Amino acid sequence: MRYALYKNLAVLPFLRNFHPGARRWRWGSLRRSIRAGNSMVPGLTGRRSTSGRRSRMQKVLVLLFLVWVCLLFYAGIALFTSGFLLTRLELTNYSICQEPPGPGFLPWGSQGKPGACWMTSRFSRVVLVLIDALRFDFAQPQQSHTSGDPPVSLPFMGKLGSLQRLLEIQPHHARLYRSQVDPPTTTMQRLKALTTGSLPTFIDAGSNFASHAILEDNLIKQLNSAGRRVVFMGDDTWKDLFPGAFSKAFFFSSFNVKDLHTVDNGILEHLYPTMDSGEWDVLIAHFLGVDHCGHKHGPHHPEMAKKLSQMDQVIRGLVERLENDTLLVVAGDHGMTVNGDHGGDSDLEVSAALFLYSSTPLFPSAPPKDPETIPQVSLVPTLALLLGLPIPFGNIGEVMAELFSWGEDSRPDSSALAQASVLHLNAQQVSRFLHAYSAATQDLQVKELHRLQNLFSKASADYQRLLQSPHRAEATLQTVITELQQFLRGARAICIESWARFSLVRMAGGATLLAAACLLCLLASQWATFLAFPFRPLLLIPVAWALAGTILYAGLLTATRLKLDLVVLGAVAAGGSLLPFLWKVWGSWRSKKPLATMLPIPGPVLLLLFIRLATFFSDSFVVAEARATPFLLGSLILLLVVQRHWEGELLVPKLLTIPRLGSSTLTGPPRHSGAYALRLGVGLLLCTRLAGLFHRCPEETPACHSSPWLSPLASMVDGRAKNLWYGACVGALVALLVAVRLWLRHYGNLKSPEPPVLFVRWGLPLMALGTAAYWALVSGADEAPPRLRALVAGASVVLPRAVVGLAATGLMLLLWKPVTVLVKAGTGAPRTRTVLTPFSGPPTSQADLDYVVPQIYRHMQEEFRGRLERTKSQGPLTVAAYRLGSVYSAAMVTALTLLAFPLLLLHAERISLVFLLLFLQSFLLLHLLAAEIPITAPGPFTVPWQAVSAWALMATQTFYSTGHQPVFPAIHWHAAFVGFPEGHGSSTWLPALLVGANTFASHLLFAVGCPLLLLWPFLCESQGPRKRRQPLRSETEARVRPEEEEEPLMEMRLRDAPHHFNAALLQLGLKYLFVLGVQILACALAASILRRHLMVWKVFAPKFIFEAIGFIVSSVGLLLGIALVMRVDGAVSSWFEKLVLAQQR
Amino acid sequence: MKDTDIKTLLYAHFLCIFSVILSVLIPSFFVEDFSILDTHLTWLCFCSLFVTSINLVLYLVPKPNSSSKRSSLSHKVTRFLKCCVYFLVSCFSFHVIFVLYGAPLFELVLETFLFAVILSTFTTVPCLCLLGPNLKAWLRVFSKNGVTSIWENSLQITTISSFVGAWFGAFPIPLDWERPWQVWPISCTVGATFGYVAGLVISPLWIYWNRKQLTYKNN
Repeated sequence: MRYALYKNLAVLPFLRNFHPGARRWRWGSLRRSIRAGNSMVPGLTGRRSTSGRRSRMQKVLVLLFLVWVCLLFYAGIALFTSGFLLTRLELTNYSICQEPPGPGFLPWGSQGKPGACWMTSRFSRVVLVLIDALRFDFAQPQQSHTSGDPPVSLPFMGKLGSLQRLLEIQPHHARLYRSQVDPPTTTMQRLKALTTGSLPTFIDAGSNFASHAILEDNLIKQLNSAGRRVVFMGDDTWKDLFPGAFSKAFFFSSFNVKDLHTVDNGILEHLYPTMDSGEWDVLIAHFLGVDHCGHKHGPHHPEMAKKLSQMDQVIRGLVERLENDTLLVVAGDHGMTVNGDHGGDSDLEVSAALFLYSSTPLFPSAPPKDPETIPQVSLVPTLALLLGLPIPFGNIGEVMAELFSWGEDSRPDSSALAQASVLHLNAQQVSRFLHAYSAATQDLQVKELHRLQNLFSKASADYQRLLQSPHRAEATLQTVITELQQFLRGARAICIESWARFSLVRMAGGATLLAAACLLCLLASQWATFLAFPFRPLLLIPVAWALAGTILYAGLLTATRLKLDLVVLGAVAAGGSLLPFLWKVWGSWRSKKPLATMLPIPGPVLLLLFIRLATFFSDSFVVAEARATPFLLGSLILLLVVQRHWEGELLVPKLLTIPRLGSSTLTGPPRHSGAYALRLGVGLLLCTRLAGLFHRCPEETPACHSSPWLSPLASMVDGRAKNLWYGACVGALVALLVAVRLWLRHYGNLKSPEPPVLFVRWGLPLMALGTAAYWALVSGADEAPPRLRALVAGASVVLPRAVVGLAATGLMLLLWKPVTVLVKAGTGAPRTRTVLTPFSGPPTSQADLDYVVPQIYRHMQEEFRGRLERTKSQGPLTVAAYRLGSVYSAAMVTALTLLAFPLLLLHAERISLVFLLLFLQSFLLLHLLAAEIPITAPGPFTVPWQAVSAWALMATQTFYSTGHQPVFPAIHWHAAFVGFPEGHGSSTWLPALLVGANTFASHLLFAVGCPLLLLWPFLCESQGPRKRRQPLRSETEARVRPEEEEEPLMEMRLRDAPHHFNAALLQLGLKYLFVLGVQILACALAASILRRHLMVWKVFAPKFIFEAIGFIVSSVGLLLGIALVMRVDGAVSSWFEKLVLAQQR
Repeated sequence: MKDTDIKTLLYAHFLCIFSVILSVLIPSFFVEDFSILDTHLTWLCFCSLFVTSINLVLYLVPKPNSSSKRSSLSHKVTRFLKCCVYFLVSCFSFHVIFVLYGAPLFELVLETFLFAVILSTFTTVPCLCLLGPNLKAWLRVFSKNGVTSIWENSLQITTISSFVGAWFGAFPIPLDWERPWQVWPISCTVGATFGYVAGLVISPLWIYWNRKQLTYKNN
């Protein structure tokens, strides 16, 4: 009996009664469900209605389409990245003094001697003068006697006269080389190369992102372990690279490129005194003046001549003080372009000068007329062996053999033998490295590696045979030397091949793919609103083409026996799937469809979007994006408000225009006064500005001060302030909680027995409590009494995990039962009248149905009433279905809150205030936008471009206001230890996930919340004219029309037009993907066009990486958000079906 | 609308441009080391003063607006005081808006405020002169189809272009060119001035070219 009663009650919304505050089930929906019910055979409960099935099919197609578009973007990003970001694995093996790289007989049996490792040291001390950006032609001696053409006098030419003099006077003591630099020609990468002998790429995988310290084996490390004293003066980049490695150091800031003299004068102040003091074994002086002069004035400026003359004086002074056991090395780390920039791979940038001098004879022969060209990394093994150190493990440089052509005896072949033995040692070391590297990764080409190994074994065997044989022929010696050199050069070549070359083809391909995907988004978002959106041709044909492209490519590969590259494969598939679409665009282009329909973005928004994209091409703007984004967001907001005023909404509140022939009723958007919009706008600006107080400063702007509120509370000393802040943070948490609950109460009711609602009522406060307790423990961990230490430690492990677990439970519950509608029956409220509101939008073709359905309804109403009154005679019953009008957005808001809590936990405590601002801000923005967007019932629904742009801008703004910056040192690493205070052991994905969730929290939240842009206008309908009556529209309606006020349909309007609903979701997704996709496209273009820019590795490349990961996170979030809305829609449908089923029994 | 009206408008605008130019030239006679960049605040004061006075003169002499019938002294005084209050309020609200847009809150307060003053001079003062302290009329003028004369139309154009100029003026600030004019708020004030001057030049021309299409309710 109870069951029967329940069933009856479930149908009772038909007898809807007036119930203030409740959003009730509407007549339009009722009609639909009845219609859906009519198509069912009673008793066969398993069968679903065809319309439902079609709608479900459509949902799947929408999701698949979005997934396809995302995959296109991913393929483009992957292709571009594979061409742009070269990666290399950093090995942490070290060469050890006592262990030579291979078995071998060393000619002088030097292992035993003190101060010698793999070889006897030739010099005990070295002075390394590093002149930043000393291009080769800066040091080139002027050939005065060139016949014919008049001598060109450029400011930088012939200014290093002391080099020229030394070369002329002491040809066996000095030598000038043109050192060939590997790109990227930026100072930090060059310094890494000059000390490790390797080819640093932008991302050296395995390196520690948080600091720049070199982990690989390097010269400085070898010097340290050999107990040599290294004194450094100059560029403070060395401080980051080799922390604590110098026995004495004078660092000067390299930041200000406009300052030519501070660093150099600082060095000069210390250089000679240090040198004279003798407390050093290796003296490194890194001058920056030439480089800064190039950046400020360019090489063709008289200032450059002055600077070079100053360097000349320095060298002269050093030569005078040089002792016999000391080697002087003058080197440029890279060159510079005609404009004085560097970073790329043009000829001028990659040719640097290298000058060696010793006061004892060093070279067997006089220098050649044209200085020899050697790779820059050759300096590393040469210096190591000259100083009697082991060659750094990862070195791939080839030792400069001519410096070792000094034998002990006077035999004619001893010099060649010495060279061969040095080269053999070098080759053994490189071979060992190649072996270790290829064992660790598959970067290097296997075939080529094999060839090299064979070459090495042959050369090695020849060398051994040579050593054993008593008669060494000059010819065989030369063959061995050539073989060894061939091996070393081959090894370098295959490393360069895989580490140090931009692949322009891949970069261009990736950018093209991204651009095409953006175009697809733009056009498809237009087509999505048409009724007959060609899902099938747009989805099935691309898949077919993609498959065809993949098969073709794979076939081609197997035919040519090349290695399969997954990135290229994906790109080919994506390109193939885009072909039919591009063909279609080309067709419509030729048929000259008006382009205005293709470019639907309104002018001001287009301008704003364009400005935003243009800022990606300027390093200053990328650095200042944290300030620029709120500015643009504020401009957009003010533009929206002003536009509203311009349209005349502030003066004359527009009267509702009601179409008389109301087949498509246009219930106007909620018309508030303009002051309302103004208030919203000012509130938004205020929130944006407040959130801006939490910015972290990029390191490029020294004048800027990072917000002190980004540090965790535990670092605060002042206990009182700490308590106050703690209170504020907990207050923000509670405010967030209360706001969400109030919102849910406003639109529905928290008394529903459904599990998600119960969770919102009880789980959320529990989560807040857990978070607050965790903060208290963490911020006061040091003050805990010793007895409680273990408890505190345990709690700080358990609490965050508990919060995450609760959030996950909540989300699961939400997915399981997303419909939080309360069907309530009670006797409390007095029944005022029978309820029936006009459903808005009956198509005329169904006029008879419209007539019939109310009849059915009437009948049922009477029947139920009678039955109820029979059952319960106490009085009229109240029955209502709550929250149907906001069922979608309630689920969204709940999901967002559940997501926000774990993300909040990953941030520092005071960021919770920003999260509160975030919710407030998006709430205000949604309201402002909802006031803009007209509700077009029954569809097509659209989300305007300004809404999507503002949403994306706000996501970026929140990224910055949660204390992030798109550079690696600014990542909040501490997030990895939330809930894992002891670290993670060997697993890497979990800390990566935690840090990623911290970094891209705002991307995720805003992407998941994106469907709210579509839902909110419908939600705001309820705030519209509640008391306004609509005139009777037609005879049919008049018959069934009760004399009741207009109740808003709200989100049930969307359900009433499932096709339009799906199309709108698709359109929304495409628009958001477009706005994000254009950003990543702009980043990619900026990185590829400005790949020779000074700041490419410091600003553009990190920005691209962050933007790319942000895009991936956002797109996944977007798909999840849309899927959630669809899940709710499906649940609502089945809920209705159940109702109808119950009714039919 | 006759051509003579447009001509009057053009001359009036020339006077305004002239006042801006004067504000650059004249102070150098009695202020030592005067230049727009180095003594920016002084220039701002002068510019504001000159433009305001020219606007007042224009308001008093050709009377482009139909001045109110009641012309008792007390009424004039109240009207004047009301105008002053409006001007001050607009200065303060501009200041608040600048801060909301990212201007520093505690540092450079005087600079920000003078920027607010100069922007008010370019926008609020002409409004006050032409429309009087009448917020409703202002709102009407700055909405679609709200203008009723070429004076109001030109007011609309100059005001909007001043705002747009100030807005664009903010863009060079983050660039690392390290020029003296990139310092807050110089680029914005200069941008606003250029916008104002451009509006003064453009509006008569625009009205002249569109004189066939322009129909005002009252004319």
